[in-house]
Amino acid sequence: MNLVTILHAGMATGTVLLFATIGEILTERSGILNLGVEGMMLLGAMAGFSASLATGNVWLGVLAAVLAGGALSLAHGLVTIHFQADQVVSGLALTFLGTGLALVFGEGLTGQNPPLLPDLTIPLLGQIPFIGPSFFADFNVLVYVGYLLIPATWYYIYKTRPGMHLRAIGEKPEAADTVGVNVYRLRYLYVFAGGCLAGLAGATITLGVSPGWYSAQTTSGQGWIAIGLVIFAQWDPVRAAVGSYLFGALRRGILDLQGPATLLGFVNPLYINSNWGFFLKMTPYLLTIIALILGARAAKKKRLGAPAALGVPYIRGERGL
Amino acid sequence: MPFRLTFTKRIEDVPRWYPFVISLGAIVISFVISGILLKLVGGEPLVVGKYFYTAAFGNWAVFSDTLVKATPLILVGLACTVAFKMKLWNIGAEGQFYAGAFAASLVVLIPIVPPDAPRFVTITLMAVMGMIGGAIYGFIPGYLRAKFEINEIITTLMLNYVAIFWNNFWIFNKWSDAGFQMTPTFPKSAWLPRLTDYARPYKTFMETGNPAITGFLKNIGLERISGMTLHLGVVFGLVMVVVVWWILERSRWGYEIKLIGDNPHAAHYAGLNIVRNIVLVMIVSGALAGLAGMSEITGVVHRLQERISPGYGFTGIIIAWLAKLNPFAVIPVAILFGGLILAGREIQPSGLAMLLQGFILFMIISSDVLLRYKLEFTRTRTSGETV
Repeated sequence: MNLVTILHAGMATGTVLLFATIGEILTERSGILNLGVEGMMLLGAMAGFSASLATGNVWLGVLAAVLAGGALSLAHGLVTIHFQADQVVSGLALTFLGTGLALVFGEGLTGQNPPLLPDLTIPLLGQIPFIGPSFFADFNVLVYVGYLLIPATWYYIYKTRPGMHLRAIGEKPEAADTVGVNVYRLRYLYVFAGGCLAGLAGATITLGVSPGWYSAQTTSGQGWIAIGLVIFAQWDPVRAAVGSYLFGALRRGILDLQGPATLLGFVNPLYINSNWGFFLKMTPYLLTIIALILGARAAKKKRLGAPAALGVPYIRGERGL
Repeated sequence: MPFRLTFTKRIEDVPRWYPFVISLGAIVISFVISGILLKLVGGEPLVVGKYFYTAAFGNWAVFSDTLVKATPLILVGLACTVAFKMKLWNIGAEGQFYAGAFAASLVVLIPIVPPDAPRFVTITLMAVMGMIGGAIYGFIPGYLRAKFEINEIITTLMLNYVAIFWNNFWIFNKWSDAGFQMTPTFPKSAWLPRLTDYARPYKTFMETGNPAITGFLKNIGLERISGMTLHLGVVFGLVMVVVVWWILERSRWGYEIKLIGDNPHAAHYAGLNIVRNIVLVMIVSGALAGLAGMSEITGVVHRLQERISPGYGFTGIIIAWLAKLNPFAVIPVAILFGGLILAGREIQPSGLAMLLQGFILFMIISSDVLLRYKLEFTRTRTSGETV
């Protein structure tokens, strides 16, 4: 148990949360709440694993995961954008649907060995002592994709014209509509983008971070944690990254705490009675709640909050609520 | 596109039978789509469908098992109904179910009453404890939502995981039965009586040997009832249906709940205490789910163990929605899903029941659009023309 291994593992497992959280940020910024992240993630995890196994090409696996997550999200898009159904219930339905599909099609995938994502060390950066082995060495490729995604989404949301449109349709869709922005089409686009990233998060698990298919245990609620992190992150990709990597490190740290016989010179109670580990396993979920409380307080102080039109269907030609 | 789909808002009210037919149609379509999917993965949808039917509704004995599965579903369906009426998204019925089961089993595990206490005392105390356990577990997210505006969807969901780990800690550790992942079997005084225990008049019926009566009972497949598993929990469920119906439809508080759900701003200006109502509704919702947990451990497994719920709390969400938040409609919907869960246990692939639930919920909410809008296909004049 040392800092470098925890950081290293934290960045890897955090990447899963990062993709899902940033995807959900894009979706929610457009005014659509998609609670189906867990379902899309699990379906992506299954599709990626299965496609990589069937084709022998891990990249086709990643592609399949992205498309599976995206395709499932379009069902949510249709129901919430065109049919104006309740977004909360539709998101829950999506979770059931995605989980069910993943379990049905994932039958028999346990124990299989598809090609996995290759590991990569960044030249030069990877050689820096401490920083190199913690952040730039021996990671699967998607971890570096995650690094690039953070500034890219930040720049896209705050500094580009389409990013401005994205924020506009989430805050005041009728105003965006009057200046010629197609609210319906863009909302579909960002729901799809969120689904694709959730699918990618799934593939990151099964093809990279913890390879293998363990049915519903594969994601074990990380999709829900991602939705919590969106609120903690105040819909900001940089804060989302901080939260994701922290949670990633935490998940790993919890596992590592049970290993050694002594901790800081004291007898490790977890080593003697592994049942105390159940309390450790609770911590990510409890910390999500604490993160929400902190996020809500910070939001109140800075008068930040959810996109104003989040969860409200937009009906062209009708006054909003 | 030569055709165009237009939505026109309905101004007139739809006939009373219309929502019912639409919901039924949605369920049928979900079954058909699931069947097609099953065919795709190499299954035999008709065989599976027939199996589903016989395994859940084929005879009185399995129907009794279906009702046993429906019992917790009625209670968690009601838990979700109460909360959803106020647009409080309690998706933590699963956790509240576990909390109720844990609190109820404290009565015999600590023990609070001796094992030879009268059954009436033990059971009543366990029911109360189960409701308190669930209520406390519902109070936490309710308080966080009311006081700090913390999204209850996430907190209730996170607390589900916490409750399961909490239970595991005790059943793997302090109250483990000889190292197994379960507590010892509860004393008989903590078992919910089976309804067949009350069937003495029925037995005398059969013993009279009157061929008209026995022949009739044989014909409807009821000549033997001794093995039937249905327990008193189902009565808890039915009583609660009436209680929840009374609260929502007949009491002043129910009116407040609906008002807050429909328009919180108006309710606030009308002087309703929204903070207090949120907490109270979550407490009631949690108590109902907690009672479901108590009923399950005292009526079915007779001990606290792992996986006492195959996702009842989540199915409760679908049931509440499918029943259109009507407490009485919760009963038939819960029976349908009880059958689905019962038959789905032994069926491969294992996710099929879940898939079907997801489809049904999806179809139901998409079909709602038909209640609010008229959909019309209209032919556009030229294909080149933009619409």
